[in-house]
Amino acid sequence: MSNVLILPIIIPLLTGMVMIFFRRRIRLQQWLTVVSMLLTIGISIVIIQQISHQGILVLDVGGWQAPYGISLVGDMLSALLVLVATFISLICTLFAFGSTDNDHKVHFVYPYILLLLCGVNGSFLTGDIFNLFVFFEVMLISSYVLLALGGKKIQLRESIKYVIINVISSTLFVIAIAYLYSITGTLNMAHLSERIATIGQDGLLTTVSLLFLTVFALKSGLFLFFWLPSSYSAPPPAIAALFAALLTKVGIYAIMRTFTLIFYHQPEITHTIILCMATITMILGALGAISHWQIKKILAYNVVVAVGFILFGVGMATLDSLTGALFYLLNDMLAKALIFILGGAIISIFGTDKLRNFSGLILFRPSLGWLFFIASLALAGVPPLSGFVGKVIILKEGVQEGHLIMSVIGIITSLLVLYSVMKIFIHSFWGETLLIEGEQKATGTNALLPGYILVTLIIGMGLGAEWVLSYVEQAAEVMTNPSIYIDAVFKRNS
Amino acid sequence: MKFTDVFLQTSTKILVFIIMTFSIFILFAGHHNPGGGFIGGLITSSALVLLYITFDLQTVRDIIPVDFNQLAAGGVIVSVLTGTASFLFHVPFLTQTFTYVDLPLLGNTELASAVIFDLGVYMTVIGTTMTIITSISEDEK
Repeated sequence: MSNVLILPIIIPLLTGMVMIFFRRRIRLQQWLTVVSMLLTIGISIVIIQQISHQGILVLDVGGWQAPYGISLVGDMLSALLVLVATFISLICTLFAFGSTDNDHKVHFVYPYILLLLCGVNGSFLTGDIFNLFVFFEVMLISSYVLLALGGKKIQLRESIKYVIINVISSTLFVIAIAYLYSITGTLNMAHLSERIATIGQDGLLTTVSLLFLTVFALKSGLFLFFWLPSSYSAPPPAIAALFAALLTKVGIYAIMRTFTLIFYHQPEITHTIILCMATITMILGALGAISHWQIKKILAYNVVVAVGFILFGVGMATLDSLTGALFYLLNDMLAKALIFILGGAIISIFGTDKLRNFSGLILFRPSLGWLFFIASLALAGVPPLSGFVGKVIILKEGVQEGHLIMSVIGIITSLLVLYSVMKIFIHSFWGETLLIEGEQKATGTNALLPGYILVTLIIGMGLGAEWVLSYVEQAAEVMTNPSIYIDAVFKRNS
Repeated sequence: MKFTDVFLQTSTKILVFIIMTFSIFILFAGHHNPGGGFIGGLITSSALVLLYITFDLQTVRDIIPVDFNQLAAGGVIVSVLTGTASFLFHVPFLTQTFTYVDLPLLGNTELASAVIFDLGVYMTVIGTTMTIITSISEDEK
């Protein structure tokens, strides 16, 4: 029993609810948000330490034993993701303090960010597949509001599409869960894994697993990403950064969890499909990124490329490739938040996101320029930044496993990603300045603090990769050996 | 006031009491029998909606000066805090407990911690339902 596991879920929830009583007191809300997120970060560090010393933590909510009750399971994978997700939310909220307008703030933007975090952390920590659906919904409902909040024409248009896509995928999700339940008679993920291992994963179960894959692919932007670029370019920059760094990652987590814990018996079908989807995602994402001339679109397509690359690692499903995938996932959350924040700052300075209208920012915003430069290198995975380590591990494993074509595509798309963000860098920072005197200092400065924090972390994670990898490897070990997870949930000491 | 409103208003005044009493009965019955915070909350909301239909928005707001947003938030807080009491007793989150107490008038009564949780659900359901209904029916300000 470890009650500490519930805290990353209920601290944001309670704080968000308390804030509803202080609707007009923005300053107080901001303080509460920061304090509650710092507290959650502290607790997730405690959880990580406990897991690394004592193994997987399990909480049987209400004292009902698994598989009868609903358990929360904290293994290293979930705990690391909770830590990074909460951290990213904190950084994006810091950016939101200065970059969202007052109208946003009185309409509960902070409570919704906290509810989003509650849903994200809940999805990571739950050990029950139906609860995964519930927390997905908590997260999605908050994201609907955050996307539409502000009520600009483009936001309303995109949120209708976004809501429809997600309602459809959620429906499929419930249908898939219902099929799974009717076949196996359980919803607890550890129990599911055990039962499927006993009865064998026949064609029916594989079909159900592909239904799950479709659902998670829709949510994470794997291959079925047609909704993503326009949705992610609609909301204000701080919210877009939050979406880019968190939402698709929850879908990736769900794929990682279900296809390493539950449906791992027929990799020749399921994992091959994941690999194919990942390859196409990388290619299409990279093409999208280089073909667009608007910052928001370019960045959104970069999200897609990264999803493809991470799933390349997941699809190979070896110890090393999963280590690389998780490491790259953690790095990508930081890097995506960073690049979206800086991109948002550039857009707010120029007042447009059309690249061709930009130039000469480096004279007035040298620090912003260099931060953006480092962020671009981090996205592409240039050493010593953290993206490098994850990419090297995945590519090395790709070559060893004989996925040569995919590895080459991975490298080429990395270069295209670098080209696409360098295009932003060159167009906005080089050349003659177009800004007039008043515009030079007016906006965009609030991106610097979050930018510095994230850059420090990205460099730190690259240099201290050995240390981070020791935790990541522990997570990958559980993913390649589901019995560790199952034994922890059913409290068998093997 | 139109003539037809007389019937509606007179019957509403009586019906609302019956519905409210029934909803509270359902709320407390929920521990052992069908019922509970969710259904109880919906029934209470239906009483409130009946009031809104019969009288106008402003009158009801004067009678029941509750911010339904805050009621919903308060409900969530009550429910979650009931769960967090488990931290004090070192039992898993949301563990429930009950005891029998001799109360004046009621006699030997079962008191269960789950009822407080249900009360939170009840508040949240009323708050949410009423927020949805009033914001749909409201005009642009």
